[in-house]
Amino acid sequence: MVNVSELKKLSLRLRKHAINMTNAGKSSHIGSILSIVDIIAVLYGSVMNFRPNEPKWNDRDRLILSKGHAGAGLYAVLAECGFIPIEKLKTHCQNGSDLSGHISHIEIPGVELSTGSLGHGLPVACGMALAAKINKKKHRVFALLSDGECDEGSNWEAILFASHHKLNNLTVIIDRNQLQSIYSTEDTLALEPFSDKWKSFGWDVIDINGHNHNEIFKSCSNDKNSKTKPLCVIANTIKGKGVSFMENNTLWHYRSPQEEEYRLAMEELEKKDA
Amino acid sequence: MRDNFLKSLTKLAESDKEIVLLTGDLGFGVFEKFEKNFSGQFFNVGVAEQNMIGLATGLALEGKKVVTYSIGNFGTLRCLEQIRNDACYHDLNITIVANGGGFSYGSLGMSHHTTEDLSIMRALPNISVVAPCTEHEASEATTAIITKRGVGYLRLDKDSAKDCFSNDPFVIGKSRRYKEGQDLTLIATGGILNEASVASEELKKLGIEVRLVGMHSIKPIDLDEIKDSVQNTGGIVTIEEHNKDGGLGSAISEVCMDLKMIPKKFLRIGLDNKFSSIVGSQQYLRSRYEIDNKAIVKKVLDLISN
Repeated sequence: MVNVSELKKLSLRLRKHAINMTNAGKSSHIGSILSIVDIIAVLYGSVMNFRPNEPKWNDRDRLILSKGHAGAGLYAVLAECGFIPIEKLKTHCQNGSDLSGHISHIEIPGVELSTGSLGHGLPVACGMALAAKINKKKHRVFALLSDGECDEGSNWEAILFASHHKLNNLTVIIDRNQLQSIYSTEDTLALEPFSDKWKSFGWDVIDINGHNHNEIFKSCSNDKNSKTKPLCVIANTIKGKGVSFMENNTLWHYRSPQEEEYRLAMEELEKKDA
Repeated sequence: MRDNFLKSLTKLAESDKEIVLLTGDLGFGVFEKFEKNFSGQFFNVGVAEQNMIGLATGLALEGKKVVTYSIGNFGTLRCLEQIRNDACYHDLNITIVANGGGFSYGSLGMSHHTTEDLSIMRALPNISVVAPCTEHEASEATTAIITKRGVGYLRLDKDSAKDCFSNDPFVIGKSRRYKEGQDLTLIATGGILNEASVASEELKKLGIEVRLVGMHSIKPIDLDEIKDSVQNTGGIVTIEEHNKDGGLGSAISEVCMDLKMIPKKFLRIGLDNKFSSIVGSQQYLRSRYEIDNKAIVKKVLDLISN
């Protein structure tokens, strides 16, 4: 049984790390990071099998963060899980640091793939899932994509491939916060009817509240995977979730929380802690 | 060259079950036997080159040695960022094979003229770039590049040098010297060594003795041979079925400048930085764009007399 209370605490710690990292690193994409915090908290806190002291353990579940601009969130959860020291998070985006704004694997155990250019993660996840099939391995492969990222044609090549090859060991989670770089997804390049698109490509689809830990857990749990189809979890989220003045505001795709904004954001998170 | 590539690949795949061949829906009538004999080691991934390199990356991250196959520009330029960010940055065992170097598919039009690949691929970190010059070398290069750790680019031509043989071992990063001569060194990459070889015989008849080098590796490149050619021959002429900007000639001139060793004479024979809307056979286009043996002879004579 999943311990929702612990997962919520992990989410909160990740949010604080993310605010601290983007503040100290004067880096952007805090809205995109806060959007996925609950998803990665549940995956690393209750769904995925891994060994921080043996990052390349062959039977581990794999997560590819295709929306690499939310890398600070993944670094934070890897630190919370013991892959890297929590102290290291302070170096994020600093001169000479290997914790780049977009996720990078070099010298960072636990990062499966470096990303940053959108539309790269899912094809690689398909390759990993295919390798698991060839090698008759039971581990699972997760790919976390942004919704705006689904503009990229490479994803649709991979979506065709995954269903054709019956990669039921592959789970895609879409961070469906409805906002992309400038406008909403629907005003930019409409994705809806989004679930139907995935279904018509041969995938199982589940729509969930991407901030409800229980729903995330249930949707990503192993017994949800079909015998023949890959799974797409459309996680409906709020960009900037958890800091009220950042929520649903595209500005926070770019802006780094500094001074008063930083203070207010941390104050709001501290209150939730209390 | 493609047949020899496949023979070598088949031999490797027999003893190494980690080898996986991906094709971007090309190779009709070519891969059927491989597919039949190597279940789980062959996938036609469809006309989807970006996904193909992503798949190769995922498979290679899991320990596979992946070979991707397509026609010239499709498997390289179409998915260049996947090659850069996914394959090369992660430094994986992936061999990218492009069939139809240069004007191999000359009549099919600009889309199929593979004339910028060498310069673009060699600009990437963590990659070896190899263009075999002879049929036998295509076999050797296939084995060498697949068994070498890291990302490799293998450019296969339709043409090949017919009368060039070497007993030297094939080593990525080394070249092969096929003829000795002191007046000049002709250095060619890929199948167009054939034109350079014919030209060298014509020049011999005219009393000009050239050293003939097949530079199958563009990256890493054979520094020793370039140094020796500068020091011990009358100059260097580079020959490539490729855009002059950034290709073999560029690479060799970079080496010369870096080493502060200036050849007494130097000429790049290759394609100007233009597209060809004109089509024709490989031989026709070589002649039209003055990179065939006759043009090489003429340009060498001009170089020597000036």
